[in-house]
Amino acid sequence: MSLPAATLEAATRHRLRAWEALPWLAALGAFFLFPDYLAFGTQVLVMILFALSLDLVLGYAGIVTLGHAAFFGAGAYTVAMLAAHAGWNEPLSGLAVAALVAGLLGLASGWVLLRTHGLTLLMLTLCTMALLEQAANMFSGFTGGFDGMPGLAFQPILGRFEFDVLYFRTQYLYALAVLFACFIALRVLVHSSFGRSLTGIRENLLRMHAVGAPVRARQVLAYAVSAALAGVAGAVFVQATSYVNLAVLGLERAAGVLIILILGGYGRLYGAFVGALAYLLLEHTLSKAYPTAWQLGIGITLVLVALYARNGILGLADALRRRWRER
Amino acid sequence: MDLASILLGGLAAGMVLFVVSVGLSVTMGLMGFVNLAHGGFAMLGGYAVVLAMRHWGLPFGAALALGFVAVALVAALLERTLYARLYRASELDQVLFTIGLVFVMVAGVTLTVGPETQGVQLPPWLRGQTDLGFLKYRTYSLALIAFGVLLMAALWLGFERTRIGAQIRAAVDNRRMAESMGVNVRRLFTLTFALGSGLAAAGGGLGAEILGLDPQYPLRYLAYFLIVVAVGGLGRVSGVFFAALALGVLDFVLKVHFPKGGTMFIYALTIAFLLARPQGLFGKRA
Amino acid sequence: MQARRRWGGVIAAAALAVAGGASAQTVKVGVVLPFTGVGAEFGQQVDRGMQMYLKLNAGAFAPYKVELVRRDSKNPSGAEAKTAVQELIAQEKVDLLAGFIYSPDAIASAPLATAAKKPMVIMNAGTAWITNLSPMISRVSFSMWHAGHAMGEAAANSLKAKTAVVGYTDYPPGKDSLDAFKRGFETAGGSVVDAIPMGGPGQVPDFTPFFQRAKDKKPDVFFVFVPAGDHAVSVMKTYAALGMREAGIKLVGPGDITQDIKLQSMGKDAVGLITAHHYNADLDNAANRRLVAAWKQEYGADSTPDFMAVQGYDGMAAIAHVVRTLGGRIDAEGAMKALKGWKYDSPRGPISIDPATRDIVMNEYLSELVLKDGRLVQKNIGVIEAVKDMCKELKAGKCAQ
Repeated sequence: MSLPAATLEAATRHRLRAWEALPWLAALGAFFLFPDYLAFGTQVLVMILFALSLDLVLGYAGIVTLGHAAFFGAGAYTVAMLAAHAGWNEPLSGLAVAALVAGLLGLASGWVLLRTHGLTLLMLTLCTMALLEQAANMFSGFTGGFDGMPGLAFQPILGRFEFDVLYFRTQYLYALAVLFACFIALRVLVHSSFGRSLTGIRENLLRMHAVGAPVRARQVLAYAVSAALAGVAGAVFVQATSYVNLAVLGLERAAGVLIILILGGYGRLYGAFVGALAYLLLEHTLSKAYPTAWQLGIGITLVLVALYARNGILGLADALRRRWRER
Repeated sequence: MDLASILLGGLAAGMVLFVVSVGLSVTMGLMGFVNLAHGGFAMLGGYAVVLAMRHWGLPFGAALALGFVAVALVAALLERTLYARLYRASELDQVLFTIGLVFVMVAGVTLTVGPETQGVQLPPWLRGQTDLGFLKYRTYSLALIAFGVLLMAALWLGFERTRIGAQIRAAVDNRRMAESMGVNVRRLFTLTFALGSGLAAAGGGLGAEILGLDPQYPLRYLAYFLIVVAVGGLGRVSGVFFAALALGVLDFVLKVHFPKGGTMFIYALTIAFLLARPQGLFGKRA
Repeated sequence: MQARRRWGGVIAAAALAVAGGASAQTVKVGVVLPFTGVGAEFGQQVDRGMQMYLKLNAGAFAPYKVELVRRDSKNPSGAEAKTAVQELIAQEKVDLLAGFIYSPDAIASAPLATAAKKPMVIMNAGTAWITNLSPMISRVSFSMWHAGHAMGEAAANSLKAKTAVVGYTDYPPGKDSLDAFKRGFETAGGSVVDAIPMGGPGQVPDFTPFFQRAKDKKPDVFFVFVPAGDHAVSVMKTYAALGMREAGIKLVGPGDITQDIKLQSMGKDAVGLITAHHYNADLDNAANRRLVAAWKQEYGADSTPDFMAVQGYDGMAAIAHVVRTLGGRIDAEGAMKALKGWKYDSPRGPISIDPATRDIVMNEYLSELVLKDGRLVQKNIGVIEAVKDMCKELKAGKCAQ
């Protein structure tokens, strides 16, 4: 007797499908088709990476956080301060250090905070991020505070590819390459036994405790890895725009990435792609057409998606696909 | 710097937080619904008060009452038509919905009234200073404190002495049990949501003098409202009361003595408190 | 409603441009302002100022046409502004950039202006060293030092104050303002006894604790800088509520705290407040009388221009000057040359652009708030003429780079 289609699909999800090449081809295509929009494109790529990092903790480990920008900001400021104060502006090694710093921050805060859950955990993550933001403002001698650190210069990537101030060509491909590498790593992680245990923790906490799985340890580890990835996203952001200020640690950024992930569909990696593209594209086109009224359009869209599309856009696509199959 | 004026200033600020946040705590505790749009209702209330005073010449008190009723009605309507559909949805879909709703509220207000801050013109008897004997203090702050205490008393009586209050408390503690005892939980939801949002509206109007009122209000103060609810313990009115006052006074003291890093301490202390006591002041242990 | 009107205007101008044929006939100006979010109010004022200039000086650009392409810079993080500027340059191929309310927006956009060689006319952002960031930048608005330094001097010389406490919002413009006032005040013989950071620009905090602290120091003068907008009204209320005037402490500040659009909502508490600024709607000169009258006719009797509006107005005047001088074909070098040393009779009095720093040189007016026919009105009690940005003049702090 063959298994139902949904189970079969879930069981073989780790295998690479042909259509998975699509997003990358599309991104490369965009590079050639929309050469004037690469600054915007780079922002989308950075946001996708950030949303992917959130998906690991939220979609897979089931940890709801409003403070993920803490790690984005940690990575961002690491790279910025290395470049401005220590003269260390080699981009790839900067990424590595940013990932390390953000990851350690995630490890420490995860270890302390993840003993709580629900609203308490949500508030704790929010407060941690707000604390970091205030600290960055207090030490504005180092961080530039509200006005930020302008004019950060970075060495060409691999010594050859210079950052392109005006058209963002190098930045776009750089962000794409980093996103690709991180995505592959994340995909492997998520389909490994570690990743599956995270899903187990999310779906049925009691049972995982009962089988003796090291629940807290797994959660903290996932949190740390997610923080490192968020740090990489923040680092790429700063390197691409050569500017950082307090907004990288702000609630607006943290809430934004949460909305994007929910919109696209969490727990399935590609939701980050869909959500980031859909939201940023919508925001961008609406704000150009209606500089004063675009927030209304976004708000209505979010409300409609929440009401009618459970599990975001990809969830909606799934539901439609299932209905198509069953007819 | 004398203790009395610091205490009074902090208590006044805390009272505003209390009035706005108490509704959020009860609805989150009762309905388990993450309503990030709560600040939006506060804002709408504030705008209702300002517009009623400006265009219809209503006195401050009457405008507050109007704001309370108007927003409560709007909230009840939204609850029946939209919120109710999401009770079974995941937390995250609720977050998405309420944030979308806030955007709509913010944009709606910006487009209809404008992006400017709105000022409240207090009636003469609320302005200036009052002589308490040992101290002269800002009249409005004293009025806020008095109002907050009265509200707390009224809510306490309502929860402890009325049947509906008992029903709400029961439903917060154990919804299924309450349902099986014959409590009409659906109607309770609507009533509580309307009441909570109405209180938020009143808080928005009352706080306009101190916290300001503009379209950015809901998002700017969201973090503070959530902190008060978390520290107070979900669904616990007395918890919200003391948490709001504590936050108000602490914030005030820190700003006077450490204006540079004041807010940092608030977050640090909140973190320390919530780690030590995750269920909040009076919440039940999960 | 307004969005549609603006959008319609852009379409009309674009259609004219297409019909007109040669690109030299239409000058495209990329306008980066916050149309949503915390700065929406200010974006609106600057935008209206720009439109007022076009309305009152219809022939200023003739025979060339000007097309304004607007982009929302949203929140003051700089990132949105940078993306907007990049697109204005790359896609819209604008000839000039204008706007920039918040300093981070201008700071983030400077490298793009340099790389693309597009003149950037700053219509608000007040951090002093911004003009050093790019040779393409010129500023028609102000630096925090213009008003701060002037107020410091005036406090010591005109108000005869010996001691002062400074309260400031804790972010770069606030710190700039503190440094400026301190420099001006202490050079003139006064002494600043306490500097109190009063929360961040994002929230309007309850000022009571900070003002309480200032009151206890018993200074002659309390200099307050808060961002223009909501903060200012709260400042006034708190000052009155704590009885600081009765305690003999004079409240002074830069004109940001008496922004004309907020003035009437401050009520009687604000009477006696002394400010130094480059503009207020009650200035008595021909150009301003004309502007105020036209403004009220267009936007309602209760509305008023303010310093941001006049900055938009003057910015358009500067751009018109560039367009006329260069004959419709904008090149970077020519534009910067035309701007340096430009003089104009603005509603704020005579202004010019300093050729050395590309920053504005203008009068600072000392004004006192009085009640006239039940309304708050700024009474002129002094003027310091042709004030430069003292930060760059004295090479103070970051301005030295």
